[in-house]
Amino acid sequence: MAAEAHAIDALGQFALSPALGAIGASVNFTQSNLMMLISAVLILGMLYLGAKPRAVVPGRLQALAEIAYSSIHGMCVDQIGHEGKRFFPFIFTLFFFVLLGNLLGLLPFSFTYTSHIAVTFALAVLVIVLVTIVALSIHGLHFFSYFFPAGAPKLLAPLIIPVEVISYLSRPVSLSIRLFANMVAGHVMFAVFSSFIVMMSAAGVLGTIGAVGPLALNVALMGFELLVAFLQAYVFSILTCIYLHDAVHLH
Amino acid sequence: MRPVAALAGLGTVLIGFSAMAEEVEKGMPQLDFKNPLTISQVVWLAIIFFALYLLLSKWALPQVGSVLEMRAGRIAGDLDAARAAKAKADAAVADLTEATRAAHATAQSEIAGAVASAKQAAAEQSATLSARLDAQLEAAEGRINVARTAAMGALRQVASVTAAEVVVRLTGATADAAQVDQAVGGVLAARGLA
Repeated sequence: MAAEAHAIDALGQFALSPALGAIGASVNFTQSNLMMLISAVLILGMLYLGAKPRAVVPGRLQALAEIAYSSIHGMCVDQIGHEGKRFFPFIFTLFFFVLLGNLLGLLPFSFTYTSHIAVTFALAVLVIVLVTIVALSIHGLHFFSYFFPAGAPKLLAPLIIPVEVISYLSRPVSLSIRLFANMVAGHVMFAVFSSFIVMMSAAGVLGTIGAVGPLALNVALMGFELLVAFLQAYVFSILTCIYLHDAVHLH
Repeated sequence: MRPVAALAGLGTVLIGFSAMAEEVEKGMPQLDFKNPLTISQVVWLAIIFFALYLLLSKWALPQVGSVLEMRAGRIAGDLDAARAAKAKADAAVADLTEATRAAHATAQSEIAGAVASAKQAAAEQSATLSARLDAQLEAAEGRINVARTAAMGALRQVASVTAAEVVVRLTGATADAAQVDQAVGGVLAARGLA
């Protein structure tokens, strides 16, 4: 078992390395950042090329751009309300940045930047800081009444307020760890099953036949991970919308 | 076959997790914060994310938004045009109905006028005709009376002469003219011919 465990390098795929040659190395530009750049270019390209024909009856790419636009716009308005239109570009950026990170990570030889807790936590902190700034700018100091629900008995204040503050501060933690853990788990499973395929097929004909098992699992896992990629991007952005709703309306 | 495959799959998963647990003990690259790349990645994330946000909000998304707005505007415009066309068609139909109704009324009144004038003309014509016929009838009656009076006068004279001649032939005596005339007159009066 010990020898096998050493042969399986499930976490090596998450190691960072400089990208773009010497220039990238000099500014510590990693392959993770390269994937972010590719995602950004793909998002912008999709919208630019999609909006370019300006057709009344849209083609495929235009329909894709329009569906992307109107579904996120609908999500903002549904979840946050009329004020949600102000946050639409932010939610759009967040959703597609996370989605492209998840999806591009599923391609062979690529890198999943959403599998880094530093990246997801930075995004979650950005969300929570934005939410707090929005709440303070709209409600001023009245925002702090958020931590003590109206009508609760005053006697329970020493209990309720810390609970509410902790739950508020744990939002970025849960938001970032949810995405990070989903991505890491999926990619570790890919790597483990792939290692099994290699190791079993090295063990003769019977092993090669047996290797069909982990291969089938990986195929099924790919479908599942595609679902998870969309689901986690959706969860991340819809939770951001819900937090923004709370910030705008205070419950 | 299927339970065997499932069992094999479960076994693989379990071995995989035990292997992963050992790996985790060695340390995940994500938690290696001594590596400068872990932090530099976040700095580049901030730059790329902010640039993407600016480009999306100022450049790319308004384009898609304007396409959607253009379509919504065009659909609204087409609907307005269709509504205007329908209103025009309704007005035209109303005009047509009104014109048909007016034409009907005019035709009816003209027919009524023509019938009335024709009736009047016919009545006048028949009145003149009957007047003329009355006059002709009167004239004819007058002529008949004259002729009858004349015939009556001649009949008395012929009867008197004949009576006088008959008296002469029978008796050989000349009859008194006054007596004969009186007798003829009496007979004629008795027969109602005088």
